[in-house]
Amino acid sequence: MAGAAGPGTGPGAAGGNGDDSLYPIAVLIDELRNEDVQLRLNSIKKLSTIALALGVERTRTELLPFLTDTIYDEDEVLLALAEQLGNFTGLVGGPDFAHCLLPPLESLATVEETVVRDKAVESLRQISQEHTPVALEAHFVPLVKRLAGGDWFTSRTSACGLFSVCYPRASAGVRAEIRQHFRSLCSDDTPMVRRAAASKLGELAKVLELDSVKSEIVPLFTSLASDEQDSVRLLAVEACVSIAQLLSQEDLEALVMPTLRQAAEDKSWRVRYMVADKFSELQRAVGPKITLSDLIPAFQNLLKDCEAEVRAAAAHKVRELCENLPTEGRETIIMNQILPYIKELVSDTNQHVKSALASVIMGLSTILGKENTIEHLLPLFLAQLKDECPEVRLNIISNLDCVNEVIGIRQLSQSLLPAIVELAEDAKWRVRLAIIEYMPLLAGQLGVEFFDEKLNSLCMAWLVDHVYAVREAATTNLMKLVQRFGTEWAQSTIVPRVLVMANDPNYLHRMTTLFCINALSEACGQEITTKHMLPVVVKMAGDQVANVRFNVAKSLQKIGPILDTEALREEVKPVLQKLGQDEDVDVQYFAQEAISVVARRLHRPPGEAGVIPDAEGSERGRALRVRGRGQDPGRAHRKRAARAASEAAVEAAWFGGTDAAKGPACQLRVNPRDALALLEIADLVPFSRD
Amino acid sequence: MMVKEEKGAGGGNDIQWCFSQVKGAIDDDVAEADIISTVEFNHSGELLATGDKGGRVVIFQQEQENKIQSHSRGEYNVYSTFQSHEPEFDYLKSLEIEEKINKIRWLPQKNAAQFLLSTNDKTIKLWKISERDKRPEGYNLKEEDGRYRDPTTVTTLRVPVFRPMDLMVEASPRRIFANAHTYHINSISINSDYETYLSADDLRINLWHLEITDRSFNIVDIKPANMEELTEVITAAEFHPNSCNTFVYSSSKGTIRLCDMRASALCDRHSKLFEEPEDPSNRSFFSEIISSISDVKFSHSGRYMMTRDYLSVKIWDLNMENRPVETYQVHEYLRSKLCSLYENDCIFDKFECCWNGSDSVVMTGSYNNFFRMFDRNTKRDITLEASRENNKPRTVLKPRKVCASGKRKKDEISVDSLDFNKKILHTAWHPKENIIAVATTNNLYIFQDKVN
Repeated sequence: MAGAAGPGTGPGAAGGNGDDSLYPIAVLIDELRNEDVQLRLNSIKKLSTIALALGVERTRTELLPFLTDTIYDEDEVLLALAEQLGNFTGLVGGPDFAHCLLPPLESLATVEETVVRDKAVESLRQISQEHTPVALEAHFVPLVKRLAGGDWFTSRTSACGLFSVCYPRASAGVRAEIRQHFRSLCSDDTPMVRRAAASKLGELAKVLELDSVKSEIVPLFTSLASDEQDSVRLLAVEACVSIAQLLSQEDLEALVMPTLRQAAEDKSWRVRYMVADKFSELQRAVGPKITLSDLIPAFQNLLKDCEAEVRAAAAHKVRELCENLPTEGRETIIMNQILPYIKELVSDTNQHVKSALASVIMGLSTILGKENTIEHLLPLFLAQLKDECPEVRLNIISNLDCVNEVIGIRQLSQSLLPAIVELAEDAKWRVRLAIIEYMPLLAGQLGVEFFDEKLNSLCMAWLVDHVYAVREAATTNLMKLVQRFGTEWAQSTIVPRVLVMANDPNYLHRMTTLFCINALSEACGQEITTKHMLPVVVKMAGDQVANVRFNVAKSLQKIGPILDTEALREEVKPVLQKLGQDEDVDVQYFAQEAISVVARRLHRPPGEAGVIPDAEGSERGRALRVRGRGQDPGRAHRKRAARAASEAAVEAAWFGGTDAAKGPACQLRVNPRDALALLEIADLVPFSRD
Repeated sequence: MMVKEEKGAGGGNDIQWCFSQVKGAIDDDVAEADIISTVEFNHSGELLATGDKGGRVVIFQQEQENKIQSHSRGEYNVYSTFQSHEPEFDYLKSLEIEEKINKIRWLPQKNAAQFLLSTNDKTIKLWKISERDKRPEGYNLKEEDGRYRDPTTVTTLRVPVFRPMDLMVEASPRRIFANAHTYHINSISINSDYETYLSADDLRINLWHLEITDRSFNIVDIKPANMEELTEVITAAEFHPNSCNTFVYSSSKGTIRLCDMRASALCDRHSKLFEEPEDPSNRSFFSEIISSISDVKFSHSGRYMMTRDYLSVKIWDLNMENRPVETYQVHEYLRSKLCSLYENDCIFDKFECCWNGSDSVVMTGSYNNFFRMFDRNTKRDITLEASRENNKPRTVLKPRKVCASGKRKKDEISVDSLDFNKKILHTAWHPKENIIAVATTNNLYIFQDKVN
């Protein structure tokens, strides 16, 4: 019982002897009805502390009745309450009193918000286990029946999730009643309830006697699988998985397969989609024999379904399906029965189908081995690398490691390079952004020589991309490359080219130099940072653009921990002090901030001051910095916000404005019709200009 | 059983309609914000919601029949009023977004609370209307009136207790479905699966899950690649009342397309196209404008649908695409006036239409605060007027007649004296009883049949 106590509540609190122990509890109780949701939420989360202070008796007689009536509250409060009550048995006096928790959870199980109801059901399931068999029949089963017979469908849907927990522990008579109630919910008037019943059918089947499964669950399954509502029928597919696991092959063939075959050919694409989506589970549940006789032909049909969504879902499952086939004869089956359909999909009319396939097809090479891969799969990969849709190419490139293991990446590199270059220069910045993320992976597989020769210039070009997100990703990419290829490589290839940009006429590019230094300094280490990077940063402190100058201050603060104290004292501190006197208020602000961080390092007692501060030290510094920022006067904040906005505007003006306008627009509108939101942008921009 | 049903929800002409109530300001001075823009009964008929141009939703509740008064079946009184939408500004497109409520749709009841969707041109909101009759009492550290107690006097803990209080009705926004429509939303319709709904704008129809606000599926898109080729817009859309995969949408060209969502995820291709060939003798400059469909409604049975164009109401059998099974002229006498109606923009008015509970009578509005009912069995029709004259309860409404031309008989109104500023665009029929709600500009009239 004490196990449920909140932290910091000593045994003395329960007695309520002194004001000291009562006061915090009194506050918690009062805040249960505070107007501020956050405070109510805090109190609900400390409900165990309150209950412990009140003692089991008052918790049962006063706290629980109050909680039962608080169902008017915000969802997040109700959700927290439902969760708390699931662990409350100890606080109401142990299993003998677990039933006292049922009334509040019962009312929570009828609210309209699904997350709250589900949580209440979860807690009820938890508590059901703490009931004695007698209490279960005296208190819990009647509750389930009440919910199942409720006027509103919210309560009936909640009931569906409770049958399976009381069934195994109930007596034979009650079991019959439970089955009866479940049957009637399966034919409820409202589709909501039938859906809930369908989704719990498999779970209930698992706890029923095998005879009842055959005599009762299977007919219910059959009727739900032919429900007039697609949304119910598609849930029956899920139930199919659980039921199939319980039955022998013979029964499976007779009782379940007709329904499954029907589902795979359902008139509604959503049901067929569900079959495709659950294909691996179904495959495991029905076993290898039925897979070969029934599922493979069904899968072939799904791969050439008339609805693209279905084909895409099936294409996603190709690899898993092949992997799960019995090893014996697997290659023949794939080569003869699956591969011909895959070849068709490579040139599908729908880009989602192609990209779904591209995301898994590389996995087949490990299953089929080197020769088959070279002869049959490689042509497909090469075709996909030339696909018009960037997502397809990206998916192939992102899975290169699978092929690398089997045939080595050299086979592909000739086709790979043009594909990468094309993606790197794609007109859509999200595509450019996506390919950047694969550069470290590609670099690792292609090796440093190939990289320097072919790809390095691309990585550099991204640094001056006209979209900030791309430039930002490009700096992170450099850091990852340095981690992979080492500091020597960095010093000879990357650092000089980054530092040259410090003299660029465009201030955005000059700032990119600073961002690169921020990212690279740690990976490059003290020597390179002090010798090569620091002088450039120091020089940029005299930049004419204020944004560059305050980024200098930020960079100095960032690379400070990597430098030794001498460099800090001799080079960094004077620059920061000068910036601290800058005419621009924001430069002053960031300079001051950096000074305070650097000063702490310099004034630390010698014993504690390491060249590189220990993790705790830097952590402490960061915490202080955050607080410092919080105390910043509002004026400076506002001004910086205005500057950020004008910065964006300047950038937009600089580059013709189109891309900058695209960013927010495509975030506003998410239309899954085009999985890549970028296609929608093309549609939106003309309107925003109208 | 049959007899009772026919009598209960019977023909529009065989029952006598009586004035019951009128809501809204009496003075003729109409504030723009008070203009009613939509009227909708909930599924039991116990609640009636109106939306207005000011973005407000007003819900009326039917009083319980506690008295033995036979003449009144329980009046509708204000139950809850709330501001559903506020005027907004779209900074990306430099567009003002009006707060006007375009449509309200009630959700099937799921628990003790009521839920409805309301939409303006761009944003759909899900509202919860719930009752509260208890409130918590008792603090530890302060009095009920808020004065703080001396903490040292607190020697025992007090748990608050719920006590009864006067009934309070609260409306709270539960979900906001935004940023999915480039054009103006004209319809919302809840699916019979209880978990999805559609929203239609001029060129697209989106499908939403009622619990998911950050994503919707585009199911119809008629936007041409080049907007100069635009010839047709979506004017209304509705889900079938019990077949969850079927919906229809009507167009400005007078066609209705029925789509089956089972066939494919995108319903750009319809499975049925309902269209009546044009009568060449009636062809004129205005033909296309007046054939534009302003509203489409499935019958409760799901067998028929009704469409309203500028001059007529048509009933279509879902199994017959080439012509409507019934056509009713709403105000044929305006055919000669189309030119002036075009000039004062009235020709673009969007009249709605509705079915009675048993699908035997249909109702729609007209000008001069007239509204029309057509009995599908007897083929008789009637014109009634929503007016403040004779507005004593139980007063039977007198049928009105408009004389098309020539000599005007007594009690007839000449076409030229019709007031085109007084139009009834929105009407609603109680789902079970003969109670109707008719919105004139800023007033809501409730009429009911005379109970003998």
